[in-house]
Amino acid sequence: MNEVVEKLTSKDFASDQEVRWCPGCGDYSILKQVQTVLPDLGRPKEEFVFISGIGCSSRFPYYMDTFGMHSIHGRATAIATGLKATRPELSVWIITGDGDSMSIGGNHFIHMLRRNPDVNVLLFNNQIYGLTKGQYSPTSEQGKVTKSSPIGSVDYPFNPIALALGADATFVARTLDRDPKHQQAVIKRGYEHKGTSMVEIYQNCNVFNDGAFEVYTEKGSKKENILLMENGKPLIFGANDDKGIMLDGFKPIIVNLADVSANDLWIHDETDLVKATILSRFYDDPTHPDHKPRPFGVFYVNSNKNTFDELFNNQMDAAMAKGLGDLDKLIAGNETWVVN
Amino acid sequence: MSSSVDKELESVVIRFAGDSGDGMQLTGTQFTNAAALFGNDLATFPDFPAEIRAPIGTLAGVSGFQIHFGSTKINTPGDMSDVLVVMNVAALKANLKGLIKGGVIIANSDGFDSKNMRLANVPEDQNPLTDGSLAEYDLKVIDVTKITRAALADSGLGTKEIDRCKNMFVLGLIYWMYHRSMDSSIEFIKSKFKKNEAVMTANLKVLQAGWSYGETTEMFANRYTVAPAKMNPGVYRSIMGNQAAALGLVSASVKSGLPLFYGTYPITPASDILHELSRHKNFNIKTFQAEDEIAAICSSIGASFGGNLAITGSSGPGIALKGEAIGLATMLELPLVIVNVQRAGPSTGLPTKTEQADLMQAYFGRNGECPVVILAAQSPVDCFNMAYEACRIALEHMIPVFFLSDGYIANGSEPWLFPQTKDLQDIKVEFAPERGNNDDKFMPYLRDEKLSRPWALPGTKGLEHRIGGLEKQNVTGNISYDPNNHEQMVLLRQEKVDRVADYIPLQTMDNGPETGDLLILGWGGTYGALKTATAILRGEGLNVSHAHLRYINPFPKNLGEILKGFKTVVVPELNNGQLVKIIRDKYFIDAIPYNKIQGLPFMSTEVVNKIKEILA
Repeated sequence: MNEVVEKLTSKDFASDQEVRWCPGCGDYSILKQVQTVLPDLGRPKEEFVFISGIGCSSRFPYYMDTFGMHSIHGRATAIATGLKATRPELSVWIITGDGDSMSIGGNHFIHMLRRNPDVNVLLFNNQIYGLTKGQYSPTSEQGKVTKSSPIGSVDYPFNPIALALGADATFVARTLDRDPKHQQAVIKRGYEHKGTSMVEIYQNCNVFNDGAFEVYTEKGSKKENILLMENGKPLIFGANDDKGIMLDGFKPIIVNLADVSANDLWIHDETDLVKATILSRFYDDPTHPDHKPRPFGVFYVNSNKNTFDELFNNQMDAAMAKGLGDLDKLIAGNETWVVN
Repeated sequence: MSSSVDKELESVVIRFAGDSGDGMQLTGTQFTNAAALFGNDLATFPDFPAEIRAPIGTLAGVSGFQIHFGSTKINTPGDMSDVLVVMNVAALKANLKGLIKGGVIIANSDGFDSKNMRLANVPEDQNPLTDGSLAEYDLKVIDVTKITRAALADSGLGTKEIDRCKNMFVLGLIYWMYHRSMDSSIEFIKSKFKKNEAVMTANLKVLQAGWSYGETTEMFANRYTVAPAKMNPGVYRSIMGNQAAALGLVSASVKSGLPLFYGTYPITPASDILHELSRHKNFNIKTFQAEDEIAAICSSIGASFGGNLAITGSSGPGIALKGEAIGLATMLELPLVIVNVQRAGPSTGLPTKTEQADLMQAYFGRNGECPVVILAAQSPVDCFNMAYEACRIALEHMIPVFFLSDGYIANGSEPWLFPQTKDLQDIKVEFAPERGNNDDKFMPYLRDEKLSRPWALPGTKGLEHRIGGLEKQNVTGNISYDPNNHEQMVLLRQEKVDRVADYIPLQTMDNGPETGDLLILGWGGTYGALKTATAILRGEGLNVSHAHLRYINPFPKNLGEILKGFKTVVVPELNNGQLVKIIRDKYFIDAIPYNKIQGLPFMSTEVVNKIKEILA
């Protein structure tokens, strides 16, 4: 067979189904970036499988011309684990939201992370229930006024990055819908990671929670509020790149670069779990006067942990090395007797 | 030497009972093996508490094992026991009512001391071994503890370890009483304790001591022989229901050529299927112990999407959690086998006791119109057949199939004239072939004559498609909110289940003609008791027939015809009336329910009496 394989384009990954998210939804950007990244990965289209749960984000697979399953609420992680265990050669992606993964599917989410199958999670975090028309979600800030919390939600929010690190995830990153380049780079790195990659994407719901991430996306505020992490580089932020983060023991402090040399700043090390954990706790309310900037990029990578699919199939391969067992022998068991 | 006289018996029921730590299950299983190897037909009934080590000496902690073995066909573990072995007073108190009048009691006197009396709530002055209350039984009192300790005085083992050998004394004695070879147990002990020679030697010594005790004491006037049963010729083994189910699943995997994926979460009484399957990775059997019941079924759905023979197994409470995912599998129209080893409910219920109360759950326990195929095994051996059938139907019809077992047949054992794998029905599986750029667009919901859709595996070129829980447009599989399409799809999914009836055997009569005064219509694990009851009733000249359902949704096509042939149809069930409702609804007959909801199987005599009452 000498079939000429033409490089796929983003169009090849778009299905014939009409995209039905609300106009202006952040989901469009994520769909676009994924369709842009996939052709660069050099794999045939049929090897990609997108599995989602329930929620606005979970409509995603219908719009991808790959294999896909729009499953039930919170369970995409479990379905993906079963698929990846039995078909490790496939590229399996999980599309989920903050309600889907942090609330109803929280259990499967942490257990998948501890097992570490080689799958990619894109967690669309809009801090609201969109499909059910605007109730507070497990990532909504405390005091959030919504249809189901008219005088404010009393729940404390989950911090998905800290939760993932606590569950021993091996790749933890954050990006946002309004920065296509950053998103593409992070998604690609997640794909390249061997093990579960957990990418949280701040995604604006312009209908029920518009502007939730405004301070991180608007020109006037974003540089003051975003900390872009790059491996091996000092942690610098600020309107004029004039601020940095230093560590005083385990305590992070914000310093002015006028007073401190960039060489003395905290140098980001993706492989350092303790430091990643500290960075994951940069989670203050951005309206608080002493708040730290919100980190974006890759918090943590652990390339030394075997994947679940590897371990699972290593056991199978070892057992199967001598060939398929003898079924008649198995059925007969160890003790038989003859009736004449 | 003993002056005992040999007597020949047709069949015997022995019940071993003691504290849950006394090793009664092991003793029973060992005797079962020996009886099976000798060629008796048999049936067993392990009856144990849910707690692993329930409070010592109490009624709640009593663990029992009943075996019925004989030279004739044995269908049940027996309504009443002929011999009752009791390790303590609580075991006697809990089991005496199940012993026939005049039956033999072998009692370990050490288990009747004041501490055991207190724990079993028996007043100090009412020791049954001495107060004459057991006068109508043949009472044999032996200080098993004392003899065991004496036998192992120089073994170097501690008292705790020595006392753990007590059950071997009982086993040795019973072997002597019934002229059984101890070889299989000797082999078992040697292999089980091969890494601990002191314990191995101790167990062998005490086993022998039990035998010698029978031989030397004057206590036993009789020894008994129970000749081998006249069974169909062939090679047999002994098998428990859960084990048979596991082998049925493995066989379906091998015969279909598909790897098996078993996603599950531990639950009584289904866990033994996981234990068995997890040992057979060399048959391409993949087991996954998930974080919960929902992940268990969902991982199986993922594996099914990927082209595996996917199975999830649980008991009622777990099945309740799986409901939504069963609905998903129904919408996805992927093959999936759901094993439910039923236990007494609702909620946690009686985890180690049997019941047939999850039939409605299998039929209707989901949101929306969500029909699935339902099969039920009727005996430990039949677990093999029906587990295999469940896989065959799931794979060939692209449909979720329930396989119902229950705690009684799951833990019970019987001799099995096992099949040669070449004789098992073929299982034909086809995956959708890859498509080129010039082929028409792939239609994931295009149906064949069974109404099943193509199984299109990820990784196959040209078959990229999306499936999901939202209603599908027929043929294309695209999301559709069209009202008429929804109705059509609901009816198609029902019709798909109904058409399975064309691919299953017709209903046969187990005993009696196809017309008559009364039909006993059973399903599942009540088979043995109903079979025995029917034989008794017919033996007394009553015009009674018995048919036993193993295919419950859809029913065999001729069932309606059979039902019409009887003046009265009685449906005995271990629930509050479930199959009977479906029969009444579907066939519009005045079927009579007969129900028992005690966590226990039917006794044949109960059924006989009930049927006579109905006929009177």
